[in-house]
Amino acid sequence: MDIDLVTNILYAMIMTGTPLLLVALGEMVCEKSGVLNLGQEGMMLMGAVAGFIAMYHTDNHFIGFIAAILVGIAMSLLFAFIALNLNANQVAAGLALTIFGTGLSAFLGNDYEGKQIAVLPSLSIDALQSIPLIGKPLFGQNAIVYLSWILVIVVYLFFRYHRQGLSVRAVGEDPSVASNLGLPVMFIRYLSVIFGGAMAGLAGGYLSIAYTPMWTEGMVSGKGWIALTLVVFASWRIERIILGAYLFGFASIMHLVAQGLNWDVSSNLLAMMPYVATLVVLVMLSRDKQRLKLFEPMALGKPWHRSS
Amino acid sequence: MSNVKRLAMQGITKEYPGCKANDQVFLDIEHGEIHALLGENGAGKSTLMKMLYGVVKPDAGSIIWNGSPVSIDQPAIARGLGIGMVFQHFSLFETLTVTENIALVLGDQAGHLKTLAHRIKATSERYGMPLDPERRISSLSTGERQRVEIVRCLLLDLQLLILDEPTSVLTPQEVQDLFKTLKKLTKEGCSVLFISHKLHEVTELCDSATILRAGKVTGHCIPKNETSESIARMMVGDDIAISNECKRALGGDVFASIEGLSTQSIGQFDIALKNINLQVKQGEIVGIAGIAGNGQEELLKALSGEEIHRNSQAIKFAGQFVDQLSPLKRRRLGLAFVPEDRLGRGAVPDLDLCDNALLTSFDSGLVQNGFLKKSKIVQLADKIIKQYKVKTPGNHTSAASLSGGNLQKFIVGREIDQEPKFLLMSHPTWGVDIGAQVAIHDAILQLRDRGCAILIISEDLDELYKISDRLGAICDGSVSDFLVPEVLPLVKLGQWMAGDFGPSTEPKTATTAATKTVEIGATSHD
Repeated sequence: MDIDLVTNILYAMIMTGTPLLLVALGEMVCEKSGVLNLGQEGMMLMGAVAGFIAMYHTDNHFIGFIAAILVGIAMSLLFAFIALNLNANQVAAGLALTIFGTGLSAFLGNDYEGKQIAVLPSLSIDALQSIPLIGKPLFGQNAIVYLSWILVIVVYLFFRYHRQGLSVRAVGEDPSVASNLGLPVMFIRYLSVIFGGAMAGLAGGYLSIAYTPMWTEGMVSGKGWIALTLVVFASWRIERIILGAYLFGFASIMHLVAQGLNWDVSSNLLAMMPYVATLVVLVMLSRDKQRLKLFEPMALGKPWHRSS
Repeated sequence: MSNVKRLAMQGITKEYPGCKANDQVFLDIEHGEIHALLGENGAGKSTLMKMLYGVVKPDAGSIIWNGSPVSIDQPAIARGLGIGMVFQHFSLFETLTVTENIALVLGDQAGHLKTLAHRIKATSERYGMPLDPERRISSLSTGERQRVEIVRCLLLDLQLLILDEPTSVLTPQEVQDLFKTLKKLTKEGCSVLFISHKLHEVTELCDSATILRAGKVTGHCIPKNETSESIARMMVGDDIAISNECKRALGGDVFASIEGLSTQSIGQFDIALKNINLQVKQGEIVGIAGIAGNGQEELLKALSGEEIHRNSQAIKFAGQFVDQLSPLKRRRLGLAFVPEDRLGRGAVPDLDLCDNALLTSFDSGLVQNGFLKKSKIVQLADKIIKQYKVKTPGNHTSAASLSGGNLQKFIVGREIDQEPKFLLMSHPTWGVDIGAQVAIHDAILQLRDRGCAILIISEDLDELYKISDRLGAICDGSVSDFLVPEVLPLVKLGQWMAGDFGPSTEPKTATTAATKTVEIGATSHD
């Protein structure tokens, strides 16, 4: 196996894993506050179609991503209103959001199937890109990939060192106690849900603007669901989410590797790989129940309202 | 000291659908005093405190703080005024450290976490409550958790500390330590509002007391001038018995015998039982004291059959090993069981009282060829309701709609009615008011006199001293020796509860502590 192939595998792995990393990061923050939003798939689809349409009409990548994020936020606000204000069952509300997003994105994107947009240029750091092996994977990516790394660091530091990070964890562990202590439970949960929506929208936009780049109906193809399981099996820990996301990316590009090495493997089997590999590894990692308890938001998915 | 009172609550009224929790309540607290708020369950103490701390809003009335009227809409405002509260159920987050928990409440005052940790250490040591700021709450004992709560209040500019039943979760030694801390606080001018059911603590600690009954103030007193008896009378009214006589029994043949029972803990929140040896004789009551979470639950599960230990041969009922038997088979050998968690384990919340009565009594002629005999079931339910004075609209009311104390009476009645040979009880009178407590104790004692072996696990030491024939403690999965309460001083029991199972001291020191506790044994416990 020559070094160019390895470099390209790493490069593609990161590119492919990025949307999963983004959406899982958002969902993790959301779940840390105790809210289970199963609408990731729907929010991603809406972000993807909105980003693509905005990009198509303005030919401006930046506006495309902003549109994707805003639509993701709008979708999450819809969810937050139903699940937090009206106290609907979070699982049902999240599923409804996904079904809604799937249908609406197909409807809105109908006229845009097969349309062309400009490719998002990579933002290479030339001096560093020439480093063998890791140069291109780490320093030859597009802007969103770098952004995902920044976000990962910010979220990590936020939960580790910032007092408001503590507030989010507290609200996710016991909202009644948090409220008795004077924390604005609703406000914190809203912000967390919105962050989740923004990340899902951005991840969707990344798929339709940067990764493919084009719009096809249902193009997210289950990444929202994988992200949800990723968060749980990564036991709400960022380092494991990164691992899981890139593992998924790696398994997704196995068919390229197989071609490069002239393996004769069924393409269906290879298409299944990312899902199987991600699940297997994360299930193995999350076997330690005791450690899991330390990170699991205990009030996850339970409706809560302030008693008078 | 000026004449301005620290706190005056005037004409406070709060109504919930179907009940008036507080009706024209007046409460005054002076600077630097420890004021007791007394009352039975449902008397409205907690509601009053919640209004003072800004968790609940009053419908009418005013709160005067240091001479000026205030409106406390949120806990943050209460804290801003210098009011700190330690809830009965701690407001702590288990997965966070001590420092993190405290930082959450202090908000902007918290500063950097490292400096905060130093402040926590300094403050906690100054008041004699040492704490390690870096530990996670989940690894702390109940007593330590309470310290975290108190230290959290102390870090504010504290003027009034509200403690809601602070001693119910502590060992006697820890209670004494807490009292020292409180006295030190009041010397510095801070006022304390102390809510408790344990009247001997109130007479020992408090400067004055306000007594609530059914949402209304029924009296004020200086506890030092009163007896536990007279205060209890103010709490319950005139027509209810508040004590009963308990005679000790020696018991006959051993019915239940546990030899070398050990289990393994599954998660970090479970306790492993360690080589437990214990006999319960026919016609005797054995009491096990202990702080919650020291293996009581595991011991109960092992005895009731809720958890079956496949490879063990440690538990015998009437000479027969029962380790491998299901709860049903153990019940058929004469076991009856009152679990700690009444909704969910003791009763099915959504079923009515008749069906709940059937749940454990189906062997006693209520079922024929698999068909339910409805009339007999109703008869049984009515009998239990009548005999144990269960307050309920009818026998077809769901278990969940009964108040905790009433449901407890029903469950205890159901189990006793089966005339068991071995009765296993966890917190038999937990949350039950004084009148019903007396009735339940009477029923237990009568059952004992009819030859039943009874094992009671409780955190209520007054109760255990009152009705146990032999008393011991459980700590971290091990049990102590078992002694007749009269020769087991409270101090010794406290040491046992803290895990210090050294040999028992001279019986002579026993009398004062033990008799004192027996005297006021009729106080209710939440």
